[in-house]
Amino acid sequence: MATTWNDILDLGDRVVPDTAPPLASEEETPKKMGAFRRLRESLSKSRRALTEEIGSSLFDRIDDETWERLEEALILADAGATTTAQVVEKLEHEVDSGAVPPDGAAIRERLIGLLTEIASTNRAPINLAQNPAVVLMTGVNGTGKTTSIGKIAWHLKNEFGLSVLLGAADTYRAAAAEQLSTWAERAGADLVRSNEGADPGSVAYDALSAAQARGSDVVIIDTAGRLHTQSNLMDELGKVKRVIDKQIPGAPHETLISIDATTGQNGLRQAKAFAEATDVSGVVLTKLDGTAKGGITLAIATELGIPVKLIGTGEALEDLRPFDPEDFARALLGEE
Amino acid sequence: MFDQLSDRLQSTLSDVRKRGKLTEADVDKAMREIRLALLEADVNFKVVKAFTARVKERCLGADVMGSLNPGQQVVKIVNEELTELMGGAGRDLVFSNKGITVILMAGLQGSGKTTATAKLAMLLKKEGKSVALAACDVYRPAAIKQLETVGKRAGAVVYQQGTDADPVEIAAWALEKAKEEGREVLIVDTAGRLHIDSDLMDELARIRKRVKPHNVLLVVDAMTGQDAVGVAESFSEAAEFDGVIISKLDGDARGGAALSVKAVTGKPIIFASTGEKLEDFEHFHPDRMSSRILGMGDVLSLIEKAEEQVSEEEAEELQKKMSEGQFTLEDFLKQMRQIRKMGPIGNLLGMMPGMGAMKKLKDVDVDDGELDRVEAIILSMTPHERAMPQIIKGSRRRRIAEGSGTKIQQVNNLVKQFDQMKKLMKHMANGQMPDQNQMAKMMGQAQRPKIRRR
Ligand SMILES: Nc1nc2c(ncn2[C@@H]2O[C@H](COP(=O)(O)OP(=O)(O)OP(=O)(O)O)[C@@H](O)[C@H]2O)c(=O)[nH]1
Ligand SMILES: Nc1nc2c(ncn2[C@@H]2O[C@H](COP(=O)(O)OP(=O)(O)OP(=O)(O)O)[C@@H](O)[C@H]2O)c(=O)[nH]1
Ligand SMILES: [Mg+2]
Ligand SMILES: [Mg+2]
Repeated sequence: MATTWNDILDLGDRVVPDTAPPLASEEETPKKMGAFRRLRESLSKSRRALTEEIGSSLFDRIDDETWERLEEALILADAGATTTAQVVEKLEHEVDSGAVPPDGAAIRERLIGLLTEIASTNRAPINLAQNPAVVLMTGVNGTGKTTSIGKIAWHLKNEFGLSVLLGAADTYRAAAAEQLSTWAERAGADLVRSNEGADPGSVAYDALSAAQARGSDVVIIDTAGRLHTQSNLMDELGKVKRVIDKQIPGAPHETLISIDATTGQNGLRQAKAFAEATDVSGVVLTKLDGTAKGGITLAIATELGIPVKLIGTGEALEDLRPFDPEDFARALLGEE
Repeated sequence: MFDQLSDRLQSTLSDVRKRGKLTEADVDKAMREIRLALLEADVNFKVVKAFTARVKERCLGADVMGSLNPGQQVVKIVNEELTELMGGAGRDLVFSNKGITVILMAGLQGSGKTTATAKLAMLLKKEGKSVALAACDVYRPAAIKQLETVGKRAGAVVYQQGTDADPVEIAAWALEKAKEEGREVLIVDTAGRLHIDSDLMDELARIRKRVKPHNVLLVVDAMTGQDAVGVAESFSEAAEFDGVIISKLDGDARGGAALSVKAVTGKPIIFASTGEKLEDFEHFHPDRMSSRILGMGDVLSLIEKAEEQVSEEEAEELQKKMSEGQFTLEDFLKQMRQIRKMGPIGNLLGMMPGMGAMKKLKDVDVDDGELDRVEAIILSMTPHERAMPQIIKGSRRRRIAEGSGTKIQQVNNLVKQFDQMKKLMKHMANGQMPDQNQMAKMMGQAQRPKIRRR
């Protein structure tokens, strides 16, 4: 069973109104190609040879080349040399020891299993149990923070009937608040914003106050993109977090980092630095509608224990889904 | 020598020197390390394969009896080949010799097109050109407002028709308007698009046909992984781009994507975007990128900047102090201040050859805030303590921590790191590592003739 929205949201004892529209599912929205299907299709176009080999003939005869090709597939998915070596070594060992039969289909399934296991590290639902639940969105520049916030707000509102308030704490980038404001409108969410150059902490403060006053279910705070190497800006983020915690002890209840699926090995450093600054609880893996597969999140899971929670699959409101480890593992290898 | 790669190569090849020649087995071992380093830097798998094959050939039988040890020899060959592949001499924009010059920007979502559009506008404005921007992103929320804001900062006029018009028509209209108003350059900002989105790729091709740009530039995020190759190939097909802007180079991404893009499309990287501010933009130096990809720091850029700041005399004095191990915290403070004069340290950091070493010295991962702390600590020391940091113990430590508003631990770390650094400098300043007394240069020593700029 693929992961559903219900699986990945912890709504506490909030009563979800019956009037909430049914969950959108892949079958019900035929006009939209499933993210992974699209991914697979583009893959089969651009890397047909490789896909076919992994899919079938690769495992017919198990030799050095088999393992090399496997490594190649994982490297091309940005899994990184370390993760790749670990996975392939483990699989090879299991085959050598007889734990996995030297049979193509069996090996393939075991590989999917291993990747799924990694992708499932520390799986946990998005914690929206508190009132209001506070979500802080972070990440490096241009990865998809603001867009993802718009989509999350829309899903919470549309599918769970929750009232959502967005705080525009990106007071730095040109037109950032206008951008978030458009998303708030589209999603039917409230917005708290300030002037360009305002203190992000005070915008977060205002957003929380407004949410408390209005009784909003969820507050999502957008932050300016920042490179993880800019420690003054990372400090600033820590400050925003402290402001939030001071006002609502224990908040933010969820701190997300957006990772662009096209990101290579640098993604691990990004996650590490943001985790150090703000205790990241989950990844939103964006832009999976392209050809990149986001393999760096495997390293993020292994080395930092931070799970992917949501995936972005386009630029429209509905292009956001719960992360499903097995689907992800299969897509990584270009499988059905 | 400082970076992981050459360390690993050196240990891999440690016994080669005795034998004097690199055998095939040695080279294979070395290639494995290089392959890993390049993959770690996000160079595309296939590019890595082709590259190591070529390097291997050159390494086989290479003379390792010279002044370089075998590891360094291999690094040198790799560096040369990388530089060659990155594109030799830098390239510039093409300008129309009569009338307006049109530049079309393209790239994936969030790669940095709009920012680069304004940066480029500002650069051209500085050269005295009158620049107009065309707002052809009608999809992303507030994209036009963003362009208007940054365009204004850059001193460029922005032509827009809202979000209902067709981007191809906006581009054509803007071109006419720019001509009428006698602008010299028109830069067309477009929406981010996926290379597999055939509708939007087609739109881009149509814009290109309509405005016949003199330069089509692809903006590529320096943090891009293996996907860069496919992206570049598709954009090359649809938009026939002429050159690349590599963005977000101010971070710590090795930027192997730059190499991949160049390798598969043959298109030069023309500009580097290195920050969110409009002035963080410069011509790209291919020969400097290879050492970054290998993790060896952008030695030449740093030297150039250092040269502007440090007199020959000072440099010599410093070199002498370093080689004799006489370098004090006072000197350090002075050097640090000089380096900081060059610009925000974050930008300089990526260029520092010592970065590898710094990392090893337990993350003197310097940024401006950190440097403020370091300054405060040193300023709270007596001249005597600055000259002989080894006397900083117990109560002195506490006093310095209190005086500088830091923790004892931080004072401790600084003293320890400084000590390690001093040793390293002495080592380097004595020329034990050919052409690699980079740390000395980092600390302000002017360029020495044996390092040649393009
Ligand atoms: N194809 C695709 N594009 C996306 C996705 N998510 C975001 N984008 C696009 O990526 C670009 C950047 O998205 P933003 O949401 O502005 O990113 P951000 O992280 O808020 O950017 P900064 O605030 O500037 O750091 C926009 O053009 C978005 O439309 C996704 O899942 N798929
Ligand atoms: N640190 C850093 N940030 C950059 C650089 N170039 C752009 N950015 C930031 O990256 C984010 C995206 O930049 P944009 O210029 O909006 O990117 P774009 O390609 O126009 O995005 P779309 O129009 O959504 O496709 C913004 O937050 C920029 O401030 C750079 O060189 N360094
Ligand atoms: Mg944003
Ligand atoms: Mg843009």
